[in-house]
Amino acid sequence: MFETFSHILLQQYWWMIVSLLGAILVFLMFVQGGQTLIYTIGKTEDERTILVNLLGRKWEFTFTTLVTFGGAFFASFPLFYSTSFGGAYWVWMLILIAFVVQAVSYEYRKKPDNFLGKRTYETLLFINGLLGTILIGTAVATFFTGSEFSVDKMNLTRITGDKMPVISEWKGFANGLEAAFNLQNLSLGLAVFFLARVLALLYFMNRIRNAEMMERIKKQLLFNAIPFVVFFLTFAIWLMLSSGFAVNPTTGLVSMEPFKYLHNLIAMPVVAVLFVLGVAMVLVGIIRPITCFEKCGTKGIWLSGIGTILTVFSLLLLAGFNNTAYYPSTFDLQSSLTIQNSSSSHYTLTIMSYVSLLVPFVIAYIWYAWRSIDNKKIDIEEIQAESHGY
Amino acid sequence: MEHINFSLVDWSRAQFALTAMYHWLFVPLTLGLSFIIAFMETLYYRTGNPEWKRITKFWMTLFGINFAIGVATGIILEFEFGTNWSNYSWFVGDIFGAPLAIEGIMAFFLESTFIAVMFFGWNKVSKKFHLTSTWLVAIGSNLSALWILVANAWMQYPAGMRFNPDTARNEMVNFWDVLFSPVAINKFFHTVLSAYVLASVFVIGVSAWFLIKNREQIFAKKSIKVAAIFGLAASFLTIISGDGSARKMAKYQPMKFAAMENLYVGQQNAPLVAIGILKEDSKETLHKKQNFRFEIEIPNMLSYMAFLDPNAYVPGIKDLVHGNPEHNILSYQEKSEKGKIAIQSLANYRNAKNAKNDSLVKVSLTNFEANYPYFGYGYYAGRDMHELIPDIPATFYSFRIMVGLGFYFIVLFIVILRLTVKNRIEKKRFVLYAALWTIPLAYLASELGWVVAEVGRQPWVIQDILPTIAAVSQIKTASVQITFWLFFVLFTGLLIAEIKIMVSQIKKGPATESPENKL
Repeated sequence: MFETFSHILLQQYWWMIVSLLGAILVFLMFVQGGQTLIYTIGKTEDERTILVNLLGRKWEFTFTTLVTFGGAFFASFPLFYSTSFGGAYWVWMLILIAFVVQAVSYEYRKKPDNFLGKRTYETLLFINGLLGTILIGTAVATFFTGSEFSVDKMNLTRITGDKMPVISEWKGFANGLEAAFNLQNLSLGLAVFFLARVLALLYFMNRIRNAEMMERIKKQLLFNAIPFVVFFLTFAIWLMLSSGFAVNPTTGLVSMEPFKYLHNLIAMPVVAVLFVLGVAMVLVGIIRPITCFEKCGTKGIWLSGIGTILTVFSLLLLAGFNNTAYYPSTFDLQSSLTIQNSSSSHYTLTIMSYVSLLVPFVIAYIWYAWRSIDNKKIDIEEIQAESHGY
Repeated sequence: MEHINFSLVDWSRAQFALTAMYHWLFVPLTLGLSFIIAFMETLYYRTGNPEWKRITKFWMTLFGINFAIGVATGIILEFEFGTNWSNYSWFVGDIFGAPLAIEGIMAFFLESTFIAVMFFGWNKVSKKFHLTSTWLVAIGSNLSALWILVANAWMQYPAGMRFNPDTARNEMVNFWDVLFSPVAINKFFHTVLSAYVLASVFVIGVSAWFLIKNREQIFAKKSIKVAAIFGLAASFLTIISGDGSARKMAKYQPMKFAAMENLYVGQQNAPLVAIGILKEDSKETLHKKQNFRFEIEIPNMLSYMAFLDPNAYVPGIKDLVHGNPEHNILSYQEKSEKGKIAIQSLANYRNAKNAKNDSLVKVSLTNFEANYPYFGYGYYAGRDMHELIPDIPATFYSFRIMVGLGFYFIVLFIVILRLTVKNRIEKKRFVLYAALWTIPLAYLASELGWVVAEVGRQPWVIQDILPTIAAVSQIKTASVQITFWLFFVLFTGLLIAEIKIMVSQIKKGPATESPENKL
């Protein structure tokens, strides 16, 4: 089936898969958001235990999605892996470190003789929540704002002279950290951070049976929703007004085009609908629990969660589709990465496309397994009745 | 004139080695213990004996502590291919990326989904579903090992690909050749089986401690029985797959093989040095026949081991570096010249293509393809060819210690199994102490196996095609130094935490079924 597809079709299919994984990752970063709220929502030890256990039962999904996102990006667009990871070294290294410290913190936090003490592991969880979200948001923003690098595959043939035979050369002064000094990047980073906290609060609402905590959650929901909306709108409006990196489909040359992302939105009405629908769902999911005080249900996480996936998915499609360079270089426009010039071969994408058919099956068993262990709301008794806990 | 930043290359290698070795401290236990737990829970499911449930839960707790840190170190490895080896990521990403992605989709989700059921599902799902979940965790962990080992094997023996001069990279042409390459199959089995041995040694050692302390006799003996049978079976299969791996090495990576055997001058009827002490290595000694202070040889054994023929010729380091026309071995100098032609032809091809000079395109392509098998040697043009010899003492000693320990584990498993069957094991204090102190030896053997595999193949990231000096990312050396030390401190801190938590959980012993025994 897939072998009959054209190369460009496979490249688009894989851009969609990578975008979808990225979108699911942003949704699942509610775990990170929650980690920054343990002391805000949990005022007693038992309450904090509830929160940590709620998040601890989900952290592996976020982590696995991140790993799979990395692997899928590598397999389908290896030039991105090589250029961005090898160049924006410090951003990716800090993201990695933020995730490394997370993996052990849940398991070790409450164990006796844990060497660093409970508070240290809680601090590490906080760092993961803060750095992980902001830096990933900032890194994704560079898909629209660009970075300084050059790519020349002929560098591989440098066997004399004074330069290393390295294909992708980073020109930014801080190996990627310079991205965090750009306000537009930062606005997306902060939007992701506050979104992760909002989603965490909605998740808590859905899972906790404790009136006092519920009050705090509602209050925090408002406090976090406002900065989220402000930062997100800043980024979104900026994006619609800014110039973008257009690719000439016949020559492959990259040039700046005013209002490129707005044009993309108009040129791809399906993406525009997904984007508007996604944003609306996120907002409705947040507003409903804030405005109603009695019985308003606790399904906000689903509405906002699916909304998040749709929004991020459509944003990434804006970055890569409709003849746009998804990883632009402001140092040398022609070095910019597009889904055509950075992808794997037709053969590899075909093989990978067959593997992608497993994804619905994976989602189905995750769904089934979750339902089988998450079938009732959680309180401290439930956690204490378990032989395994965090 | 020197265009290679060697300190950058060395620090990047050090960082990768650090991450890989820390990662491997945790992975083998996960791979093996997951199956041991699955066996134990199966016994619980079949017999309904609550003792088996206690046993399963105890080992599951240790599994969880160990699993988290394995995951943490693993993600860094995945990203380091990009951050520190950016050229590599492009040069072979078309082949290497696929197994990593498949690993995520096929294995990691399986593992992480059912681990949640395994830990939190005892009171929520049926016994059958729980048991299935435990098995799926074991299968998921081992599947992930399959994919990453396929990727590693491909670096040692690149198969199923073709270099595309237009994209300046290798592209996959046959997925099955990558997946079922003989090196990949041997490597997978050898690695996971040795991990089962390590996990068995771990379970036996910890159980022996309970017997030494006169605690939990039934628990300990039952655990030992499961682990000793599993470990013994895995040990024999480890030898078979290891033998296969060595034979593939002799065929596809003769320099690694020669370094592992400290064989300087090739010969027919080559003996195997079972035990040996190396003399100091210097370039002058390259022309000497052997280089030992002391050795015990098994005649003809090396030739037999490598080629299943006691008369076979095994090339030595000198033959490989300086060439041996009698046996059709090109010298590194000749290979380097051919590699240089390949690299220059690639440049000519691209320039000719830009200039639309079709005849030059054709000539360059022909030259390129004829010399491509030596592409990587081209980066050493004009350099001292001895730089291409891996660290011999590290490879030689690592191999011998690993093999020696492997045979010792078999003896230990047999002794322990015999004593357990006769129900006399608690009386043999010496054996119990030996079992306890064998735990670190299992880790040593396991790590040394990777030293042989990875130090022995230097300087190749992709055998013969891409050396480390052409694979590295261009970052400031200082940046890599900082991340190296950051990781060093982080991993060491986490390792200390892990060991302390493990020890305290072990001392606590298996829980009785009541809420007080929460973690």
